[in-house]
Amino acid sequence: MNRDEAYNFAYLDENTKRMIRRALLKAVAIPGHQVPFGAREMPLPYGWGTGGIQVTAAVLGAGDVLKVIDQGADDTTNAVSIRRFFNRVAGVETTTHTGDATIIQTRHRIPEAALTEAQILVYQVPMPEPLFRLEPRLAETKRMHALADYGLMHVKLYEDIARHGHIATSYSYPVMVDGRYLMSPSPIPAFDNPKMDRMPALQLFGAGREKRIYAVPPYTEVRSLDFEDHPFRPHRANASCELCGSRSSYLDEVVTDDRGGRMFVCSDTDYCETRQEDQQTENAKGEAA
Amino acid sequence: MAYVAVKGGERAIGNAHAWLAETRRGDAAVSELEVAQIGQQLGLAVDRVMTEGSCHDRDLAALAIKQSKGDLIEAAFLLRAYRTTLPRFGYAEPLDTAAMLIRRRVSATYKDLPGGQVLGPTFDYTHRLLDFALAAAGEPPAPAPEVEAEAEDAVAPRVTELLSREGLMRREEDAAQEPADLTRQPLSFPAARSTRLQNLARGDEGFLLGLGYSTQRGYGNSHPFVGEIRQGSVTVCLTPPELGFEIEIGEIEVTECQMVNQFHGSRSEPPQFTRGYGLVLGHGERKAMSMALVDRALMAGELGEDRTAPAQDEEFVLLHSDNVEATGFVEHLKLPHYVDFQSELEVVRLMRATVASQAEPEQVEP
Repeated sequence: MNRDEAYNFAYLDENTKRMIRRALLKAVAIPGHQVPFGAREMPLPYGWGTGGIQVTAAVLGAGDVLKVIDQGADDTTNAVSIRRFFNRVAGVETTTHTGDATIIQTRHRIPEAALTEAQILVYQVPMPEPLFRLEPRLAETKRMHALADYGLMHVKLYEDIARHGHIATSYSYPVMVDGRYLMSPSPIPAFDNPKMDRMPALQLFGAGREKRIYAVPPYTEVRSLDFEDHPFRPHRANASCELCGSRSSYLDEVVTDDRGGRMFVCSDTDYCETRQEDQQTENAKGEAA
Repeated sequence: MAYVAVKGGERAIGNAHAWLAETRRGDAAVSELEVAQIGQQLGLAVDRVMTEGSCHDRDLAALAIKQSKGDLIEAAFLLRAYRTTLPRFGYAEPLDTAAMLIRRRVSATYKDLPGGQVLGPTFDYTHRLLDFALAAAGEPPAPAPEVEAEAEDAVAPRVTELLSREGLMRREEDAAQEPADLTRQPLSFPAARSTRLQNLARGDEGFLLGLGYSTQRGYGNSHPFVGEIRQGSVTVCLTPPELGFEIEIGEIEVTECQMVNQFHGSRSEPPQFTRGYGLVLGHGERKAMSMALVDRALMAGELGEDRTAPAQDEEFVLLHSDNVEATGFVEHLKLPHYVDFQSELEVVRLMRATVASQAEPEQVEP
């Protein structure tokens, strides 16, 4: 793929990329801590992943292989659009195969396949502040983070249990990173939270509109908040994928008619397609034998 | 049962872009709008896009308006996305608006004043009657009468300066520090006044108008007067480090508004007037005035006034004024959220199941 020479490699100028890399280094050094950075205006709208795009632009090299997913899928319009953007301004190779990618930019999901030390997972983050629904003032949340004063969040979870019998947060489920900072995992389903814990891949988080970067270095402890008598319990639809039969992947519910018909399919399209291909190969082998 | 893929793809995007281009052009039988026509005849739209796009370039702003089909927020967004790719040479010296070549200058606090009142090209005293003659292309209007040379040469000191000399206007303190650059550094709180003003100058006209209006209606105790509004061209100067002295790099049109507000005084300060300040690129009087009202409201904290109204709440105002940020986050709700919604579905079903299992059998509705 030939890149558009009218723009610097990966769109941003080198000084801007250096500024973002400095913020990333600080973020890696203080796991889970939100580092303010001079987010730039990007040619895609805020909310479409400008933070993730800037982080990707800052870490992308000419030899990288990029995968972009939205809701777990490579073919959602926003993922297509971001992949095209980097195709044009960086000319890097892109892929839909999780295993082949060196950088994966994601919105709302963590791939089902386990990631490796050779990979970087870049999250698009709408609201980096995990406490924002409880305390909207940044000056105040900054103080709370400084003092590790997270009682407010525990009280909120306790009130959930008192009212509903269980914690009613199903995505953007808050986590403690390395036992120190409360962090928003971005709006991934709580189902994905356990994958963040001690993940071999570097996890980077970019929030463009809110101008914050944070990170979870490889093999760092990430614990979803819970109570001894109410342990963390991720949810998934109690069904299997209609296409590949998976009973362990996160499922999207697809409404098929207006009479209550519905089916479940894997949200991670690469995972699902790989399983289907493997099954076909197995079947072919079986028939040949 | 067919599984219909609701996830979009390459082809859908391509087709949508083609359709957009077609609707932008409209009926090909109607002659195409030229960028120069937008620059000349939709000048106030161009000014607004330059202001909210934080980029003084009439041609680019006009192009952005054409490309966005007249959606001015979209146009400001296009301009900002372009601006972000430009290298930063340095920072200009503060504009000297006292030395402005004035096209319009009005004060509501003084009937007459040194330099005089100059109405300029304003809608203020027009009757808002649709002019059907404009619907038919016609001859250009007769040229406006020339202004007497006296008004142009006369020195027009700023009204707030007149009050300051009498000791009635609170002196602004020079913080003696480089102003922040919001396009390079994130906001932090509490914000310096220069940072607040920068944010408001880039902010959405409608948002600031509503907030400014609310201060007049009792939400944030303010008693404003238009000390002065002036419009005209000012010289932009830059001191390149390698030269070490100031050089003029061009002229731009700006609108400046200084609101005069009463202040009852505090333990440390006597009763006096305080000022709210507004400055926008081009002609944007409504925005400059709104900005000045909100600027003054945000000074409540420093002046020891009660902070009770939304317009006085620094974080609320500054974090929600930027229309490119706001439109992005509001409109992103149309992006797919099925992963999150799926987990919400599961939790709502679980909660309903819990409620149903806890309910007494006789209380269960049939």
